[in-house]
Amino acid sequence: MNTIGKVTGIIANLVVVEVDERVAQNEICFIKHQDTRLMAEVIKIMGRKVYVQVFESTRGLKVGAEVEFAGHMLEVTLGPGLLSKNFDGLQNDLDKMTGVFLKRGEYTDPLQSEQEYEYKPLASEGEKVSAGDWLGEVKENWIAHKIMVPFVFKGEYTVKSITGEGKYTIHDTMAVLTDKDGKDHKVTMVQKWPVKVPIRAYTEKPRPFKVLETGVRVFDTLNPIAEGGTGFIPGPFGSGKTVLQHALSKQAEADLVVIAACGERANEVVEIFTEFPELEDPRTGRKLMERTTIIANTSNMPVAAREASVYTAMTISEYYRTMGLKVLLLADSTSRWAQALREMSNRMEELPGPDGFPMDLPAIISNFYSRAGYVYLNNEQTGSITFIGTVSPAGGNLKEPVTESTKKAARCFYALSQQRADSKRYPAIDPIESYSKYLEYPEIVEYLNKNNGENWTENVHFIKDTLLRSKEVYEQINILGDDGVPLDYHITFWKGEVVDFVISQQDAFDKIDQRSDFKRQKYMLDKVVNLLNSDFKFESFEEVNPYFKRVINQFKQMNYSVFESDEFKNNEKELEVIIQERKVA
Amino acid sequence: MEKDTKAFQRVYTKLFQLTKATVSLYASGIGNEELAIVEGRLAQVVKIMGDVVTLQVFAGTEGIATDAEVIFTGKAPTLKVGEDLAGRFFNAYGEPIDGGEIMGEEREIGGPSVNPVRRQQPSEFIATGIAGIDLNNALVTGQKIPFFADPDQPFNQVMASVALRAQADKIILGGVGLTNDDYLYFKRVFDDAGALDRIVGFINTTEHPPVERLLVPDMALSAAEYYAHEKGQKVLVLLTDLTLYADALSIVSNRMDQIPSKDSMPGSLYSDLARLYEKAVQFPEGGSITIIAVTTLSGGDITHAIPDNTGYITEGQLFLRKDSDIGKVIVDPFRSLSRLKQLVIGKKTREDHPQVMNAAVRLYADAANAKTKLENGFDLTDYDERTLEFAKAYSEKLLAIDVNVEVEAMLDTAYELFSKYFSPVEVGLKQEFVDKFWKK
Repeated sequence: MNTIGKVTGIIANLVVVEVDERVAQNEICFIKHQDTRLMAEVIKIMGRKVYVQVFESTRGLKVGAEVEFAGHMLEVTLGPGLLSKNFDGLQNDLDKMTGVFLKRGEYTDPLQSEQEYEYKPLASEGEKVSAGDWLGEVKENWIAHKIMVPFVFKGEYTVKSITGEGKYTIHDTMAVLTDKDGKDHKVTMVQKWPVKVPIRAYTEKPRPFKVLETGVRVFDTLNPIAEGGTGFIPGPFGSGKTVLQHALSKQAEADLVVIAACGERANEVVEIFTEFPELEDPRTGRKLMERTTIIANTSNMPVAAREASVYTAMTISEYYRTMGLKVLLLADSTSRWAQALREMSNRMEELPGPDGFPMDLPAIISNFYSRAGYVYLNNEQTGSITFIGTVSPAGGNLKEPVTESTKKAARCFYALSQQRADSKRYPAIDPIESYSKYLEYPEIVEYLNKNNGENWTENVHFIKDTLLRSKEVYEQINILGDDGVPLDYHITFWKGEVVDFVISQQDAFDKIDQRSDFKRQKYMLDKVVNLLNSDFKFESFEEVNPYFKRVINQFKQMNYSVFESDEFKNNEKELEVIIQERKVA
Repeated sequence: MEKDTKAFQRVYTKLFQLTKATVSLYASGIGNEELAIVEGRLAQVVKIMGDVVTLQVFAGTEGIATDAEVIFTGKAPTLKVGEDLAGRFFNAYGEPIDGGEIMGEEREIGGPSVNPVRRQQPSEFIATGIAGIDLNNALVTGQKIPFFADPDQPFNQVMASVALRAQADKIILGGVGLTNDDYLYFKRVFDDAGALDRIVGFINTTEHPPVERLLVPDMALSAAEYYAHEKGQKVLVLLTDLTLYADALSIVSNRMDQIPSKDSMPGSLYSDLARLYEKAVQFPEGGSITIIAVTTLSGGDITHAIPDNTGYITEGQLFLRKDSDIGKVIVDPFRSLSRLKQLVIGKKTREDHPQVMNAAVRLYADAANAKTKLENGFDLTDYDERTLEFAKAYSEKLLAIDVNVEVEAMLDTAYELFSKYFSPVEVGLKQEFVDKFWKK
């Protein structure tokens, strides 16, 4: 028998409910309003008064409305059929909703209960299993979707029976497990899990030691993100956050991509809906949509569900990680989520922290980022969630609470700069301000040098230094004038420009240049380092600029042509000719 | 104290708390966001705690006594929609300013959002004739974009001409704190153009109470949804000035004792603005809502909370600037941006459009550099001199807001200027375009 309460107060989407019986913090409840039920979550309990945040508009709601508590926290339904879906923040399948406009109180099944899946058992009778162990698998799109021992099962179980190969629906019994007290439990393809609780069905979470190839040079070469690592991209509006996130979701070397469109523009989500079913994954030749799940809570959708959307996305990612997959989770934008927290905290009349955000914002953010990671599963297989969030700093100022809190939590920092965006240097990631802590991990350095050649990290640091030196002399030239500095200064400046144009910058809209794998990045890095190590002879500073512009242009032609094609090789030959013109032997 | 009038209307006459904007009374059976009439003034329920109901009185509470009559209407704010709306002007409450009744179906304003999977990607080019917009920052149906302008700039004039040339089926004007002069200006311009039958206006002028303004955008957008969704029409919504809307939000939140965030704005500013702007939509059936708004800046500061939040919501922004070289107002090619232009330029317009656009802006940037050089006392090269001359002509013939030509003509003009001042190599267009369009 569920707890029943009554509405006694309403302020926007904060509702006060009077309750006599048991309620739990973060418990879900449904408020009856006319012929609909509005979903809400408990956020504070004060004696008989329970404060709930409603995930919908509360227009027309009256005092006295009946509230039924569900007895569980906000949870998602996990099972085959999550891939390629468009969900809202509460995991409603948006495609199943009727009508053009979203209807309040309409909740739809995230999975297909009618669909049959081709099932193959992996466990055998008598085997000892625990939460997260693989019992069987079904085919979902192209992946082998594991049917696992439900994460809520505690301790050890014995497989009493397991269903044989065949076609089944998600609610059919796939196995019967016996607990240590001899009680039998039926397991289907579906399980539920509360979104705010991390899924910990793994044995170990080591420090990340591999690099996730994103195909974006300013990530991979300059500031690589580890597989299972965390990073964030702060940037003012118009600096290219969304284009960059879309590029990552298209090209990164992940098995699955989960995109949480959190409080952003609806038309941007529509772009994914429109393009991803058409675009091909360059690695597999499959359509991008086949590996993508979208959680869309656009800016005009209910604010409380915005907070839920990032947790929903994270939980779905954890579910697939436990199947041994490499998941990339992208959240655009985590600032909108923090703002949703602020709105609620404000209505609850809590004492505010900086800029009106709740005091525990840094804790909430770091807690969330900590759910990413590389794991060893119970069966010694591995899985990972690499998480990259964007931050929309108010006024483009990086000294605001969300950016600062995130900086403490995330290991990679990709600072988008307005100045670079204005001068059309895309992606507008500032190569000097940005960093990847992973470049300091000995295991990552070892991994990179093993895969990309022993000079790799040395070369990466070398080009970073070149960029910095170039920036420094540029400031000198600006103060002292072109002819007020030694000729060498001009060469140093232009060498930095070569690194910027050839490596940092990348054309996200060019079919070839948009994606660069490590093999290609290594080839180009070696080429650039070679050039940086060469001496050039000029008579006057006026010759430096046009010469390096030609060099850069020729390098860019290489970036624009298919790697190792004839065109690529011809461009390279021409580049060599240009270099020889002025190179000092 | 309580007496029943109509089935849903209950009347109370005892207020126990009054502030500048709100009144509180004991009442029961009241719905959240329900409308009430307090001593003849419209009010809305903003808080219910037990049997205490707090109402926000849009026109302010001056002179309201503790025994004022409060009538609850049992419904949220509504607008009567129907073909009758066309050609009419309304106040913030959706009542015709010019008197008379409107026949139509009553709709709640501020209704639900469009399911994102039911949206269509915007793809239809909106020609405005202004090259600073069409050539460099093409607009698309279903887009939302504001003018970021200082109060002294002629944004209302530009918006009126954009509206008239945009070939929309309906133009819906949401006047948020318009001066009476500007209201009359819009009315006259639309009348002179013989376009009044395509116009619907919801007007709150500076003569009206500021909090009333909060209703105007929702009224305008509800009317827009009616035409776009139900009638399948191309609707253009003009909202001017949303900075005043945000100011009204901060007044209300201040009086409700809410903790302000950046720049004294309520913490929910982003969501409040997004709720309006996201009404811009392309429906699959052909109807669309395009929103062109105005956000006035103070001293060009775009880091202020209002333009900053707006920038994160809208699909670009348009900047106006007075060009002292030609003495005209131009659409600034550097700071303006239309995020959706890629969906139409070179696809719905001539193939060379993107290249011409980029080349011209690049040359204009070279001119800006040359200018800086000149100001710093450095010598100019021949190329610098030519860019300066080009920039002036480009400003005059293309960027100025009084230009009114078709896109083809804009492109041709661009080639004329290119060939007058530069060689094809300096402009750097694809060879096939040079062969085809370069003026010999």
